[in-house]
Amino acid sequence: MQAWQKLLIVAALATIIVVAGTLVYFNYFAKRRLFISTTTSLYDTGLLDEIEKDYEATHNVDLNIVAVGTGIAIQHAQNGDADIVLVHSPSVEKTFLEDGYGVNRKIIAYNFFTIVGPEDDPAGIEGKTITEALDGIVAYGDSLADQSGQTQIWVSRGDNSGTHSKEKNLWSKAGYDYETITQKPWYASTGQGMGATLNIANEKEAYCLADIGTYLKFYTDGSIALPALITEEQSLLNVYSVMAVSPTVAANQSIHEKISFDDAMEFIEYLVSPEIQQLITDFGKDTYGQSLFTGAVQPLKDNAPQPLISWVQDYAFFDGSECPQQYRNGYADLYT
Amino acid sequence: MADVLGDIVEALQLIVTGDPEILGIVSRSLLFSGTAVILAILWGTPLAMLIAMKDFRGKTVIKTFLNTLIGLPTVVLGLILFLIFSRGGPLGFLGLLYTPAAIMIGQAILVTPILVSIGVSAIESVDPEIMSLSKTLGASESQAQVAVLKEAASGIILSDLASFNRAIGELGVVLLVGGNIAGFGNRTDVLTTAISRNVQIGETGLAIALGILLVLILFTINIIVVVLRKANYIVELAKGPYAKLKRSRETKR
Repeated sequence: MQAWQKLLIVAALATIIVVAGTLVYFNYFAKRRLFISTTTSLYDTGLLDEIEKDYEATHNVDLNIVAVGTGIAIQHAQNGDADIVLVHSPSVEKTFLEDGYGVNRKIIAYNFFTIVGPEDDPAGIEGKTITEALDGIVAYGDSLADQSGQTQIWVSRGDNSGTHSKEKNLWSKAGYDYETITQKPWYASTGQGMGATLNIANEKEAYCLADIGTYLKFYTDGSIALPALITEEQSLLNVYSVMAVSPTVAANQSIHEKISFDDAMEFIEYLVSPEIQQLITDFGKDTYGQSLFTGAVQPLKDNAPQPLISWVQDYAFFDGSECPQQYRNGYADLYT
Repeated sequence: MADVLGDIVEALQLIVTGDPEILGIVSRSLLFSGTAVILAILWGTPLAMLIAMKDFRGKTVIKTFLNTLIGLPTVVLGLILFLIFSRGGPLGFLGLLYTPAAIMIGQAILVTPILVSIGVSAIESVDPEIMSLSKTLGASESQAQVAVLKEAASGIILSDLASFNRAIGELGVVLLVGGNIAGFGNRTDVLTTAISRNVQIGETGLAIALGILLVLILFTINIIVVVLRKANYIVELAKGPYAKLKRSRETKR
């Protein structure tokens, strides 16, 4: 036998040892892993860190949180690489349920998006309605002397995240074709997370749609100087939901049977419990002087405060329910 | 970027006080990339020997191909490996996605072209006389190949260090197949991904601290290379067996 052949055998053995060692470790020695694909806004504010710490102290499960945009989170779930998705884009969620990938949806929290912009507000949008504000931004953008693309006054996530689909939604509600807007020389798309996008908007002194959680975190610690110009309007409502990935997807049976459905449901029941709902509502109050999120479970049961709850129902309910009967799989107590 | 100075001060404080978060991230980086490079050395060295010592058709094509792969964008390899390791992919049944093993194997594959390519040049530049000389002295084919390999040691060690540099500084593979999972369980976040994440969430001080440490690690490795070269240590080391052979040939005469 030649030297390189002997060495190759050693290499193959070493590779097998690394792989086998990892598999043995994760299957027999580590806690069970539960994969959560989540939108960046929940993660970047530190809320999920808090929840993870509390959950892992009381449960024999290792939460593996992969923070991506809503679009990618849904894709991970379709590939069977996530057991749970935590997202904020009702239209995307509806498709996800209809395609049979997700079950047992629960609305867990809400807050508002905000439109931020430069201090001197050259487009004059402060205090206006969304439609007027977007009109103002388009008029200002089109009136700029420099139309070469050097001066950009609107920064978009451009990453198919929940925030990005909200932005598309707002443009079309205001009567604009989103495709046309993206071609404007004053429109910039970052393709990155909320934090990176806010930083870019800040550097460019541009307007930008942001979730209030990430915005407050960056604004409070002085990373960005852009004030929030429009807040708490019905069309800026932001609703976070959790869904378990279905273990019985007809299209991908072999992949999805490995989903940890029971662990996923245990985590969902934990998220909707009164203690954790309170934790969500209180999160950030000390640091930012206001809640970043409001737990939605009890308000939806009480049907109060109004008109907020009817806004949530208008925006994020499907056929009058947060999860219509055909998209449920056991755990009826979640919906009583 | 309001308070850069404050962030830098915070970064230095974190480093000096040996923040456990930072120590964890640095040690994961060293462990994952170190194991990856060891794996790559184990399978890259025999491949380099095979390509350099055997004559076969298409040798030039393979060498050119390897040289091209050296510059492969890490995120492209990351994407390919993600699709392979994903539960829906060909190796999905192993359940390796988002585990350290996926990162180690991914980075090992990433640096293999560098190792093999530099390794082939190093072996080919060894005096061909050594092979025949060892055989004359009664060495088996295998022993003769090892003798040549020892002669090429200096080049091979340099390629190992270059590989480690690339592995520890890359972002694409470790982000896509590792998932950058932080938290309190089994983590897969390393220096590069943690820097990216912490800039994203406004923890600039922590990001700067990690950046400083990453650069320090790279700097240290390069100092080692320079020192080794300057002391001519590797050359002497490599010359060892050849000199021994020569001596023994002379005594035989």
